[in-house]
Amino acid sequence: MRPGGRRAVNVVMSGLAAVAAGLVVLPLLLIFGFLLWQGASAVNVDFFTHLPKPVGEVGGGMANAIVGSLVLIALAAALGLPLGILGGVYLAESRDRHLPWLARFLADVLNGVPSIVIGIFAYTVMVLPMRRFSALAGAFALAVIMLPIVMRTSEELVRLVPASLREAALALGIPEWKVLLRVVLPAARAGIVTGAMVAIARVAGETAPLLFTAFGNRFWHQGLDQPIAALPLQIFAYAIAPYDDWHRQAWAGALVLIGLVFMVSLAARVATSGRFTGVR
Amino acid sequence: MADGILVKGLNAWFGEHHVLHDIGISMAPKAVTALIGPSGCGKSTFIRCLNRMHEVIPGARVAGTVRVEGVDVYAQGVDPVQIRRKIGMVFQKPNPFPTMSVFENAVAGLRLSGVRERAVLNEAGERALRQAALWDEVKDSLSKSGVSLSGGQQQRLCIARALAVEPEVLLMDEPCSALDPIATAKIEELILELRSTLTIVIVTHNMQQAARVSEATGFFLLGDLVEVGVTRQLFTNPRDKRTEDYITGRFG
Repeated sequence: MRPGGRRAVNVVMSGLAAVAAGLVVLPLLLIFGFLLWQGASAVNVDFFTHLPKPVGEVGGGMANAIVGSLVLIALAAALGLPLGILGGVYLAESRDRHLPWLARFLADVLNGVPSIVIGIFAYTVMVLPMRRFSALAGAFALAVIMLPIVMRTSEELVRLVPASLREAALALGIPEWKVLLRVVLPAARAGIVTGAMVAIARVAGETAPLLFTAFGNRFWHQGLDQPIAALPLQIFAYAIAPYDDWHRQAWAGALVLIGLVFMVSLAARVATSGRFTGVR
Repeated sequence: MADGILVKGLNAWFGEHHVLHDIGISMAPKAVTALIGPSGCGKSTFIRCLNRMHEVIPGARVAGTVRVEGVDVYAQGVDPVQIRRKIGMVFQKPNPFPTMSVFENAVAGLRLSGVRERAVLNEAGERALRQAALWDEVKDSLSKSGVSLSGGQQQRLCIARALAVEPEVLLMDEPCSALDPIATAKIEELILELRSTLTIVIVTHNMQQAARVSEATGFFLLGDLVEVGVTRQLFTNPRDKRTEDYITGRFG
């Protein structure tokens, strides 16, 4: 090919790749812009500090839902992250031929189960025996959704840690469990945190599994065994209501939800960014 | 015979693949033994059998007797972790821990086996880095990342890391094959210094290197130990035709 032709092809392909990259981020920018346009006017101090007003009264906020979402996410993470990360380590480290294969396959299936079905599952095993909707049941449903995501990303990241590091540590006379805990996992830390964040972001916006587990609550929650408000539920309820003020608050709620996920991700990044990172 | 390394009837497999056949060799204490041979001849597998690192690979198996400094390495009830503490190992590619600083790398073996006292760690870290001829180059950047060093420095850091736990034996698996000639010269100098205190076994593709640093040399071919002897003699007057062919470059 002539030099000119080669350069032209290079320019065209680089351009196409740049356009593709732009198109990928475009939806996020559009969503964010639209939310700002529609919801920013309803985000004020009251929104963060007040309970919802009774039907017909203008004003009020979603303070209970913001707190509720944070509680649900924290509980779900406390349940789902350790289990998922340990499961991922098992998948990556096990020498067994059949069990990891089965677990991996089932995790992928679980990942594909519609979230409403997981809600029904949580309803059956948590809500029915306890005879009430509760924050625990909601968090349980979210944790089940997180599990396969955290497990598979942790597995991939642990696998990415070079075998040479593991060998170096073993050859120093360090027991295998300590090699895993002090050498392999730290090297995979940044990537595992990313996986955890993806899982948290995913469940932060889940509505369906909370419908008949956490149920929602127009007041501050009364304990973990009681129904609890959550931003997605509140957004859902307000968006289908016939009041303009509620619509505005639903937009604001969506904006706050995105902001929340953003800040949780950022905080986790900052908190876990050590001096030297390993595999990303 | 309590000192040095004594191997009898050593066989090793990867799955069904029989990679070492009935190896028998004795290596003198506080001396350097070099192992040469073409790629895939089993020399790396052989030294990994000495500190029980072969069995780390799934499907790998060992049979035979290995005595290192008087300890029966494959005796019933012997903990591989204890064996590996006494036998340091340096690998082909420098592999410092990326999440640790230069100093943390040097004392990693001690810290991860439970040594906490700051003074002990400082002392051991400096001693190991000095022994590895790295101290003067890194003493002002001990808290920098271990992987920020140059390739040659990283390899000496790995040697320091192995020395910090005060092993009796040091196994080196082609320690210079990823390094330039200057870094290689430094490592060779280091080997010559260390041999007064340690039993060293070095696997190398570089026959000049074997000639420069070792007292004894073994030649491996296709999983057999063809010949072992005093280095000078093996290179100038080999007993076996295959050794002669290899060192004169006729195959391999």
